[in-house]
Amino acid sequence: MSTTPSGIIGRPTPRIDGPLKTTGAAKYATDFHIDGMAYAVPFVSSIASGRIRNLDTSAAEKMPGVLLVLHRGNIGQLYRTVPGDGDATNSEVRPAFEDDIVRHWGQYVALVVAETFEEATSAAAVIHAEYDLETPKLRSSLDDFTGERKKGSHRGNFDAAFGSAPVKVDQTYVTPIETHNPIEMHGSVAVWDRDQLTMFETTQGVVNHRVVMAQTLGIPIENVRVVTRFLGSGFGGKLFPWPHCAMNAVAACKLGRPVKLCLPRRMMFSSVGYRPRTEQRMRLGASMDGKLLALSHDYLNSTSLLDDYDEGCAEATPYLYSVANLSVTSGLVRRNLGAPMYMRGPGAVPGLYAMEAAMNELADELKIDPVKLRILNDAEKDEDKNIPFSSRHYRECLEVGAKKFGWEKRTVGIGSMRRYGKILGWGMAGASWVALRLPCTAHVEFHANGRVSVRSGTQDIGTGTYTTFAQVVHEKTGVPLDRIDVVIGDSALPDGPMSGGSMVTGSVLNAIANASTEAMKKMIALSTGTEGSPLKGTKAEELEFAEGRIRKKDSAAGDPEFAEILKLARVDGLSAEGKTVPTWEDPQSKDKSLHSYGAQFVEVEWEPDIARLRVSRVVTVIDAGRIINPKAAANQIAGAVVMGVGMGLLEETVHDQRTGQPINGSMADYLMATCADSPEIDVTFLDYPDPAMGEYGARGVGEIGLAGVAAAITAAVHHATGVRVRELPVKIEDLLQSKILQA
Amino acid sequence: METFNYVKAPNVEKALASAEQAKFIAGGTTLVDLMKLHVETPKTLVDINLLPLEKIEKLPDGGLRIGAMVRNSDLAWSDEVKKSYPVLSEALLSGASPQLRNMATTGGNLLQRTRCMYFREPNAGTPGGYGCNKRTPGSGCAALDGFNRMHAVLGTSDKCIATHPSDMCVAMAALEAVIHVEGPKGKRTIPFADFHKLPGDTPHIENALEPGELITHVDLPKPVEGAKSTYLKLRDRASYEFALASAAVVARVEGGHIRYIRVAMGGVGTKPWRSHEAEAALMGKPANQASFKAAALAALAKSKPHKDNAFKVELAKRCLVRSLKTATATA
Repeated sequence: MSTTPSGIIGRPTPRIDGPLKTTGAAKYATDFHIDGMAYAVPFVSSIASGRIRNLDTSAAEKMPGVLLVLHRGNIGQLYRTVPGDGDATNSEVRPAFEDDIVRHWGQYVALVVAETFEEATSAAAVIHAEYDLETPKLRSSLDDFTGERKKGSHRGNFDAAFGSAPVKVDQTYVTPIETHNPIEMHGSVAVWDRDQLTMFETTQGVVNHRVVMAQTLGIPIENVRVVTRFLGSGFGGKLFPWPHCAMNAVAACKLGRPVKLCLPRRMMFSSVGYRPRTEQRMRLGASMDGKLLALSHDYLNSTSLLDDYDEGCAEATPYLYSVANLSVTSGLVRRNLGAPMYMRGPGAVPGLYAMEAAMNELADELKIDPVKLRILNDAEKDEDKNIPFSSRHYRECLEVGAKKFGWEKRTVGIGSMRRYGKILGWGMAGASWVALRLPCTAHVEFHANGRVSVRSGTQDIGTGTYTTFAQVVHEKTGVPLDRIDVVIGDSALPDGPMSGGSMVTGSVLNAIANASTEAMKKMIALSTGTEGSPLKGTKAEELEFAEGRIRKKDSAAGDPEFAEILKLARVDGLSAEGKTVPTWEDPQSKDKSLHSYGAQFVEVEWEPDIARLRVSRVVTVIDAGRIINPKAAANQIAGAVVMGVGMGLLEETVHDQRTGQPINGSMADYLMATCADSPEIDVTFLDYPDPAMGEYGARGVGEIGLAGVAAAITAAVHHATGVRVRELPVKIEDLLQSKILQA
Repeated sequence: METFNYVKAPNVEKALASAEQAKFIAGGTTLVDLMKLHVETPKTLVDINLLPLEKIEKLPDGGLRIGAMVRNSDLAWSDEVKKSYPVLSEALLSGASPQLRNMATTGGNLLQRTRCMYFREPNAGTPGGYGCNKRTPGSGCAALDGFNRMHAVLGTSDKCIATHPSDMCVAMAALEAVIHVEGPKGKRTIPFADFHKLPGDTPHIENALEPGELITHVDLPKPVEGAKSTYLKLRDRASYEFALASAAVVARVEGGHIRYIRVAMGGVGTKPWRSHEAEAALMGKPANQASFKAAALAALAKSKPHKDNAFKVELAKRCLVRSLKTATATA
């Protein structure tokens, strides 16, 4: 690969792991086939609420190939993780089989382990459980909420300001339960070597996973190693361990054999999280000329019986716009469902759907252009925390997006825009997402074989982490990309962050840069002290490290490659450590409001006579700091926009109201956007480095692309059809209400 | 999946001889799926992929003979089908995905089973599981009071409201195909309209095949001279989804009046739904919006929606009106 180090940051760079993935050589968790491996298949409850009266595993135990049936009676002690321990975040409070109470459909009741997957599957099918049934709480609507609302952000006097505001919007917006559905299903391969446990896992956080496993199993942390070389995405569903991981580890321990457990797709809908239902009342009060006077965001979200999962819908509400009077409240509504889990853009994505949909309704009330309304209410500082923004270009996102989309050609009337016999609808919305730099460590090592490696205990969720890490090492050392090895996805490596919250790039690059600089310093020192080195005796300050070589700053003479020096010194490798200071400790960032921003412009095509609506075009402009690899970053944004099409028009997990089963729990029945549903997508990055984010000024792009898309779609739907949908997804049922019958 | 015997049949005679207690497997795109879900538990699978039934041939009377083993993709892209029966090609290409169409066969698609989510549950029809009269007669129907957005509004009974999922069959209903079968009692033909059964009190009986009978081919009558056709499929997303409502229309217009008309609908019926009511409302009438609307009204007059699928009645009407407009357009 011929690239020059100087321009590598910001250059579209093909994935260095691309060939491994396209040839099938990349090993995902369940690709690890260990000698003597057995296969585990869970048996799950077919009821949503009750008590297990009797569990009959006798027939299963007699089935061919069955090695073990694990259940409450024989699993032994599993522990809960320490409450509030930020280094050991778990998905569910309750470990597998902790009691005999069933709290949701699909709860693990037993685990069959057999010589083959087929034998385990057959045996699981003959396990028989009897239950004392109780009436489950499954109601889809959250209108039975009676608890105390938790107070969130607050400023001024909302009630008074809203009461006297000349123009008001007061609407409730609903988002349904959505399921993560990464293409790679959750899986675990557990291998014990005496008391040492290695787990090949589908996790977005190997380091956290290790701590949780040690706590859950009650074994020393140094006895656990978690490996995730490649991940077929997770969308948040794989952030923290789920109960199947410990179950599988216990089975492997009892059998003294490696055991593999891979969840089937139908269990992906019941056992490993989902975005909960949200019902969000938005109240906006404004002056006649469009200045926001009052804003309140009162939301509810569903959660499980034992887990206090707060979706955090008001994440962006207090800082996105300037408004003097603000109030936020929230409440949890318990349902007989599994635990919810963060899903791409948790909180902000459903929250901004409601916020931005309400802003669009306010613009219509005021007869003000929705882009202008947002610019008019742009915030100069974070009014919630009363601190400056580190780098905010929201207004420019809106303006650039409007220009690229051709927004000025929009005619306001419903159904007034047409093309090729179809009605067009145009809508837009703003977006934002939090930025944070987590503490982490990276090692960079020069090797005598001429290669450089970089190591950190983070993982590539599929976004291009391998490549961005290599880009930084290339930039610093000048060693070409094809001689750089990125070693991640292993809890034995120096502590790295989770692949979540769009935080890996912004966090780890600084540690890698520091480690590279330190390693180059050490190489220079070695070159001056090594017998036989052409630089022996030269002062270190006269030398520099460039293009993989050590050379004198003022002359081209004698510039040995680092590998030569290592060989002369008879050293195999020379390594240095670098650390990232978290944003909350760095004076550059600790009193700043750090966020990414964006604007989404959406066009829908509407054929009223057959109620067919498709998203045809999206322009998205993103202010996410400096973009390290525009190719991978644009891929993230475009993928998120497609997910937004699903959120706006398709995705919804439906639970049977009698059994609590996610009844559309398959890839055919749970509708996600297909390639044919993907619109023409134009992604633009503003590319302003955020000085508060460190050397590279990158904030990460994993989730921001999804924010705002659904609100822009519902605005476009309204523009085309006149139908105002406030409960996602927009369905054909809604569109049939349109008064427009012909294009 | 249950353990099963596997037999590979080299010819039709051997296939028929092995048919007792067996299921024929062709592309397997429905059957293997349902075996994994414990819906189908055949003792024996007779693989008929070697059978010489993979040809598409012109018949002396101008019709077309389609071997039961002709893959959906081969049928859809056949020059003869594209030219003379475009409605069939369009219907096939609107279904499933290219990978599935490369496997799925003509005979197999005639036997495609419903996508009712309750029917497909492994425990349906068992004690403690969802009621399903298709799986176990008398066990009830969980879809009646369950999530039934995808279910049928025409041809339902209080025993079953499952939708027939095939697109190909809707086109074949409009084309008045004839199904040829061979079995222990010899060969016979079944008109398309008689092949699929309404659920009534026996939703587990889905078609007119006798035990051991094998579909060998499907004949399409000679194309109607001067007729135009169309297939329109409406669904939530643009691809890879079963129809919420679809329509196949074959029409000939002379002097502004409809002189030949065949109408079939998908996504709304418990079987591929030929609408004689719509045809009667259109025959001899001017090819205009008023006639189309009257036909749509007639086609859905006996519809019986349930909790989540009332919208299908209106959607099916709109689907029909648009299809009739397309198929009768003179330009």
